[in-house]
Amino acid sequence: MLNPYELLKELTRLHGGSGDEDAVRDRLTEVIRPFVDELHTDATGNLIAFKKGTGSGPRVMLSAHMDEVSLMITHIADMGLLRFRTVGGIDPRILIGKRVLVGPDRLPGVIGTKPIHLQTAADRKNATKLKDLRIDIGANDKTQAENLVKLGDRAVFDYEPVEFGDNKLMAKGLDDRAGCAVLAWLLQERYTFDVYGCFTVQEEIGLRGAKTASFAVMPDYAIILEGTTCYDVPDTKEHLMSTWLGKGPALTIMDRAVISNRPLVDFIVETARQNGIPYQFKQTLSGGTDAGRIQGSGEGVKVATMAVPCRYIHTPVSVLDRGDFDAMRRLASATLKRLPELFGRT
Amino acid sequence: MNDSNFVEMIASIAQAFGPSGNERNVREVIEPMLSGCVDEVRVDALGNLIAVKKGAGKKIMLAAHMDEIGVLVTFIDEKGFLRFGNVGGVSPFISVGMRVIFENGTVGTVWYEEKMDSMKELKLDRMFIDIGAVSREEAETMVCVGDMAVFCGEAVETNGRIISKALDDRAGCAALVALARMMPETENEVYYVFTVQEEVGLRGARTAAWGIMPDMALAVDVTDVGDMPESHHMAVSIGKGPTIKIKDSSIVCHPDVVSRLRSCAEKAEIPFQYEVLTAGGTDAGSIHLTAGGIPTGAVSIPTRFLHSPSEMISVEDLKGVVNLLAAFIQAGEESQEEDLSSGQDGEDTNDAGEN
Repeated sequence: MLNPYELLKELTRLHGGSGDEDAVRDRLTEVIRPFVDELHTDATGNLIAFKKGTGSGPRVMLSAHMDEVSLMITHIADMGLLRFRTVGGIDPRILIGKRVLVGPDRLPGVIGTKPIHLQTAADRKNATKLKDLRIDIGANDKTQAENLVKLGDRAVFDYEPVEFGDNKLMAKGLDDRAGCAVLAWLLQERYTFDVYGCFTVQEEIGLRGAKTASFAVMPDYAIILEGTTCYDVPDTKEHLMSTWLGKGPALTIMDRAVISNRPLVDFIVETARQNGIPYQFKQTLSGGTDAGRIQGSGEGVKVATMAVPCRYIHTPVSVLDRGDFDAMRRLASATLKRLPELFGRT
Repeated sequence: MNDSNFVEMIASIAQAFGPSGNERNVREVIEPMLSGCVDEVRVDALGNLIAVKKGAGKKIMLAAHMDEIGVLVTFIDEKGFLRFGNVGGVSPFISVGMRVIFENGTVGTVWYEEKMDSMKELKLDRMFIDIGAVSREEAETMVCVGDMAVFCGEAVETNGRIISKALDDRAGCAALVALARMMPETENEVYYVFTVQEEVGLRGARTAAWGIMPDMALAVDVTDVGDMPESHHMAVSIGKGPTIKIKDSSIVCHPDVVSRLRSCAEKAEIPFQYEVLTAGGTDAGSIHLTAGGIPTGAVSIPTRFLHSPSEMISVEDLKGVVNLLAAFIQAGEESQEEDLSSGQDGEDTNDAGEN
């Protein structure tokens, strides 16, 4: 049996900026190949697995995205310092002092900043902007850097996962390797209905892979497995916290991309209650996931999203609670096992 | 249908509860009204209500959205106050002091954190709903996190105008119902489509259009006006007839559809206005980009006080919409040939469509 938590840690070590998900896809392909019936990669790079059901029923799509936020080299400046832009939502302020790996050869680099000694009062007041940041790959000059790096190369965070505190995991890429690990684990089971496991690309830059994946699959139902925002720290008003760490997977009622199918959400809640699995509702309506694209594909799809709360999401040190991860796994599994009951109701 | 029945029908559709994603009640009001007037009714995965009047001619899709703006409970505090977010375009300023109602009938008042230096700071996340509960526990017996509510705004008729909540776009729904009930004679196959989730991103129309794959389509929705004191500039007035949309932020209407609408209006002597909406979109925006592209336009109802609980339309304008739509779906082969069948998709395509 697959150890989903070990798989999660392993997947966070792999690099997969949006549009450059090969390493993650290759590993997932190896992992799931033994227990799925068909497997293929589509033109945009989505990994789509098919697992035949033991009976008949609607088509169910399970989806998690492989890509993570990253950087792209846009200019090689004097002294061999690299200018870059973000691929996906990254706060420039969190980039300062971070280690990165540049290009296909994963050259070590660091994002530096002006020393505090040299900053003016105005410098300290203003939030750092992307245009003021550079990646230093240790080159002595522009020519040296040009021999090592090409424009369009990716830079990814160079951070190993760390288990710490009370069952917490600190890592880059928890959004959405957490969903990928759960999805891979779920595919071991055979269900009564046909299941399509879709590991999608380019979610972080506009939910792009999911659009083509869902048109190919044309499912009736879809459950999206995600990592989501969490900021349950002091000085945040309770009603503005999107989720809480340790209170179970968060279900989405509505965000900027989707209004979930309410009967499906209610069914998941009912499943959680029956099995004593903790869950919570995401309280903020911000953000969007692949659910939006999947719902709007073809003649429409009934969708719901469950997500592991991740503090400091979209940084190299996002934090999840192992209890939430395990609860999402159990909730997704229990939901799928009794999903035919829902088919009967509608 | 006489005037008072027409107004009553508009009011009953407008008053139904139906924030985006929760349109079931609206569907249940509309569906029986179509009974006997169409050949087939279905509801798709997202909840779009699709009624078909069969015909051997072109497939024409008419779309009006059932959903209305509203609020969504995101948090209940220990004193029983509800925090909420918006479903669609909800102005914090218009919301203050308004009543909202939940599907189960629970009513509450919308208010704001009074310790605020300036009303410029007024944002929805500094506002709350009071449903009269004194504790979280009590509130949770009345509503749940995730429940949606809509603004209260009863329907009244005044001097040929109707004031109500949700005329956006129940007025459009009412126009489609009135049209279906006229049972206009036509060769064309007409799809009366009552869509979901327009207010949150034109979502229902996208999947409805995919399922239908019409030859042409019209969105029937409300539009802004520029005829009030110190209004922003817009060459549309209430009471001057339906508008034929030229463009909004979601679509540049297909010129053939625009000219077909114009010629229909002129032949039937229906007063109309051209509409250029600078901000905002309609279902036409997602319909026209479906599959290989669908020639799409829109007919709109000039409406004052949009996205408030007191939206106002003119009954005559709405009748004009119904008459214009009737003329549009009845327009014969000859106008289709001159308007829609350009050389490249000539006879073969037409034949295929009619078989």
